[in-house]
Amino acid sequence: MRTGSRRSVFRRARGDSPAKRAVIHAVLILACVMSVYPFLRVVSVSLRPSNQLLSTDLALIPPGASLENYRALIFERDFTIWLWNSLVVSAASVLVGLMLAATAAYAFSRWKFPGRRQGLLFLLTTQMIPAGMLLLPIYIMVVRLKLFNTYTGMAIAYSVGSVPFSIWILKGYYDTIPRELEEAALVDGASPLVAFYRVVIPLSTPALAIAGLFSFMTAWNDYMMARVMLQKPNMFTWPVGFQKLMDQFQTAWGQFAAASVLVAIPALALFLYSSKWLVSGMTLGGVKE
Amino acid sequence: MARVYLEHVTKKFGNVVAVNDATLEIKDKEFLILVGPSGCGKSTTLRMVAGLEEVTEGNIYIGDTIVNDIPPKDRDIAMVFQNYALYPHMDVYNNMAFGLKLRKFPRAEIDKRVKEAAAILGIENLLKRKPKELSGGQRQRVALGRAIVREPKVFLMDEPLSNLDAKLRVQMRAELAKLHNRLQTTIIYVTHDQTEAMTMGDRIVVMKDGFIQQVGAPMEIYDHPDNVFVAGFIGSPAMNFLDAVILREDGDLWVDAKSFRVKLPLTRFETVGEYIDKEVIFGIRPEDIDDKDFVPNAPPDRIVTADIDVTEPMGSEVYLYATVGPHSFIARVDARTTARDGSSHQLVFNTDKAHLFDKKTQKAIR
Repeated sequence: MRTGSRRSVFRRARGDSPAKRAVIHAVLILACVMSVYPFLRVVSVSLRPSNQLLSTDLALIPPGASLENYRALIFERDFTIWLWNSLVVSAASVLVGLMLAATAAYAFSRWKFPGRRQGLLFLLTTQMIPAGMLLLPIYIMVVRLKLFNTYTGMAIAYSVGSVPFSIWILKGYYDTIPRELEEAALVDGASPLVAFYRVVIPLSTPALAIAGLFSFMTAWNDYMMARVMLQKPNMFTWPVGFQKLMDQFQTAWGQFAAASVLVAIPALALFLYSSKWLVSGMTLGGVKE
Repeated sequence: MARVYLEHVTKKFGNVVAVNDATLEIKDKEFLILVGPSGCGKSTTLRMVAGLEEVTEGNIYIGDTIVNDIPPKDRDIAMVFQNYALYPHMDVYNNMAFGLKLRKFPRAEIDKRVKEAAAILGIENLLKRKPKELSGGQRQRVALGRAIVREPKVFLMDEPLSNLDAKLRVQMRAELAKLHNRLQTTIIYVTHDQTEAMTMGDRIVVMKDGFIQQVGAPMEIYDHPDNVFVAGFIGSPAMNFLDAVILREDGDLWVDAKSFRVKLPLTRFETVGEYIDKEVIFGIRPEDIDDKDFVPNAPPDRIVTADIDVTEPMGSEVYLYATVGPHSFIARVDARTTARDGSSHQLVFNTDKAHLFDKKTQKAIR
């Protein structure tokens, strides 16, 4: 009874007719299917025995499904090395990127200095430059710094791409944090740096999560930069390593699909973990609105 | 506890002078109120004492030390902000303990101080809550608690009650006064509310356009305002100001406002001598205009018949919005008055308490 009355209140509040609601639901369900189905197909291919790889069967769990492709990928290929390299490079670029972006964005948000406006605009314009154009200059810089084929070189190269975006995201968020909170910390006994990392940083977790996720995904999914910067097979990240699954005469599609499923897991886990920080509203109640 | 001294302090923001050559001594253990309208420089003055704004010219002393170049954390001050500025990611306990933790106090001492302050403010049951789970009044208490636990030399309060509702504000006003008696610490308190200024402070500093207009005890400022601005700002309803001429006739002194005239006491002779036959600003507070029905033996030369435009019953008294010729003024009279909207009524001007101001300089004629 109670549920029924709440439902009717909800219906009245929306003011949508049952037909309209049915159409909305149908569109949403279709969108979900279109998003999820390709991924399920990849899962399906990864489970197929090698003699059914070219089958046109649409069943999600194929007949004779096995984890053979996963076993071969993990134990017969360098997949775990590629995965580890990708994780290290992505984590390092998140760390370097966030450290640079968090402090730079704070300066842009809190201080007025000559060139502030131009600096912000310049950062924005760097995002308009096609990634391919940056390959050569970054390559030259990394080689001259003797960081070719290193995690550090890769982390720096990826940070170049993600820091400007992160600065804009974080600067926008810092602008919403009342300055009085930092002033209260200064009066309480904090130095400006302590006020920054004890008050501003904990309150910026939603923006840090978005910027961090962006940096991670940029590094995690990149093929082009890694292909140019990494020559030693033991330094390959997974997008470069995957090329090894395709040789001149055949492509191990089953293992390719299995690898695709496995590399999605860290990104998915990170997204799920950080989703709790993505909700805003942490500054509620600190100051009188 | 410490004395605070501002020595010819000026603060400029570009070409705008926010505080202009302010010299002011705040005595040890004094409750000093900075009051004035928005943009008068009171908050800037407080923020300079806190170290949150740099001083453009002059010196600020806390105790015997010039603190111009000392960062806020080393000034041994605590501040309560207008919007509370509680750390949203910390619970009440940690909000109050934050300053002590930064100063590396032992854990037991922090615990003792936080619990003592919480007991004083009646917020012991809120220590585990986050700021967003508190009401406005509770947040204000936590902000006060955060200042108290530090036991600083000077408390700075920037309009701490302005976000509370009227009833809570009255209650907190009394509690702050009690707190000052208990803590015996120097407090500098900024407000735009003249009632807060009158009721809480040992002394009041009235500011306007970056200049200190007058410094004195509340009643001293109320009874003897230095200029038209102070006279109009302090007191509610505000003082009435009427353009008038001082006349001397048959040995008596009169204030002639053209549409009516009232006699001044002879004690004014000495001070108004040079203003005879000149235009002045005649100021009289609403409570110094009475309903004739309640003034037995009212001298006829102080009675004015006025048109009553509006009556405002306040419960214990009635405000009469009256007009005589071109002059409008407010009288605060006994609640039993028979004056009604649209009627004429006889009012008595208590000119013993009238104020006269130079029309050009706006300064009090004394």
